[in-house]
Amino acid sequence: MLQSLWNNRIQCAAVILFAIGFSTLLLNRNLIKKIIGLNIMDTAVFLFLTSIGYIRGRLAPIVSEGAATYSAYVNPIPAGLVLTGIVVSVSVTAVMLALTIRLYQRYHTLNLDEIYMQALREQEEHE
Amino acid sequence: MKKPNNLRDWLSQWDAGAFNFTDMSFRLPRAQKPEAYTDRAWERELLPEIEQKELRAYQRLYPVLAALLCTVIIVFLLLTVAALPAFGSDSVPTINEVTRRYLEHGLSETGAVNAVAGMILDYRAFDTLGESHVLFTAVAAVLVLLLSAKERPEPRALADITRADPILRATARVIVPAAILYGIYVIFNGHLGPGGGFSGGAVIGGALILYAIAFGFEKLEKVLNLRIYRIVVACALCFYSAAKCYSFYCGANHLETIFRTGTPGAIFSAGLILPLNIAVGIVVACTMYGFYSLFQRGRI
Repeated sequence: MLQSLWNNRIQCAAVILFAIGFSTLLLNRNLIKKIIGLNIMDTAVFLFLTSIGYIRGRLAPIVSEGAATYSAYVNPIPAGLVLTGIVVSVSVTAVMLALTIRLYQRYHTLNLDEIYMQALREQEEHE
Repeated sequence: MKKPNNLRDWLSQWDAGAFNFTDMSFRLPRAQKPEAYTDRAWERELLPEIEQKELRAYQRLYPVLAALLCTVIIVFLLLTVAALPAFGSDSVPTINEVTRRYLEHGLSETGAVNAVAGMILDYRAFDTLGESHVLFTAVAAVLVLLLSAKERPEPRALADITRADPILRATARVIVPAAILYGIYVIFNGHLGPGGGFSGGAVIGGALILYAIAFGFEKLEKVLNLRIYRIVVACALCFYSAAKCYSFYCGANHLETIFRTGTPGAIFSAGLILPLNIAVGIVVACTMYGFYSLFQRGRI
């Protein structure tokens, strides 16, 4: 068990990074810190995917004419998946930050509890 | 607190905490919030007695439950990692006939020396079209959110402060052309080596942002404003879709295409990959600059 964890230490680091991001997301009430937590989780997933694609002793998948055998190169598919992941991560972060700006402009706070309570109050006043 | 006019003042005000991250501008702390709530005041005011107790219990229980949930997740994930094949071994189940096909036949079928470029822009080009649209949609969503704001961020922004800084301007004058040239190189070599539209576009976007910081948005607006941004990005996406439709149509019907694979390793080879890389690079560069401009001053 410990031996196989040590063999997969990079994946272990990715899992621990994921947990750090997830606890940041859950335990902070500040919206910006929640977004930072989500970004740490994204990074952990990228680290995990790239480490899955690596094979010891093989070359980057830049295929040269001479050595067109598949056993000479690492797996190119996880690299493409990480590319997709980075694009989605950037887009989601931008939209979340824009929403946070709008919330701040309306409630003048970034604390989720306070925003919720002020929204509750507005609703009661409306009724 | 006076408005900072050089980088040193700016940094000291950063330390003083007067820098406002939400609209990237300096702002005096509000003397009084429009609706000032102390920590517990709103609870007493809003909620009946029983709900107050429930809320306290929830607030006490929530961190414990959250920490517990995190611990459970990390334990299960670590157990899964321990069951995975060892890092770097060549008997991983992810290395299957798909990988083999991409690496052995990719060079003759797509003409791309870079197997990743051949994969994402030829075998899986539809997926990459989706990615470009995700970026486009994200900019559109941010544009809608920030342009409809009643309270626009003040134009007095980071650029006005740093523009007066001679070191930044001198450095930007050297670095911006080199960075743009490097970005173009990375895009044009996407099918020959590491690189491609996404990374090269990000480099060009970074160069545009540096230019905007050093010399202000006004100069950049002559070549890149909202109208030009819309035309350029829409044209790039339409070109991508049309080219790939043509290529799919020809491929499915076994017709000759005008985009040949050419000699592997030559700059004009690999069929559609180079034009598609350029289209993706344009979209990514515009998106990077668009995000910065939107968050900095509320418009492109």
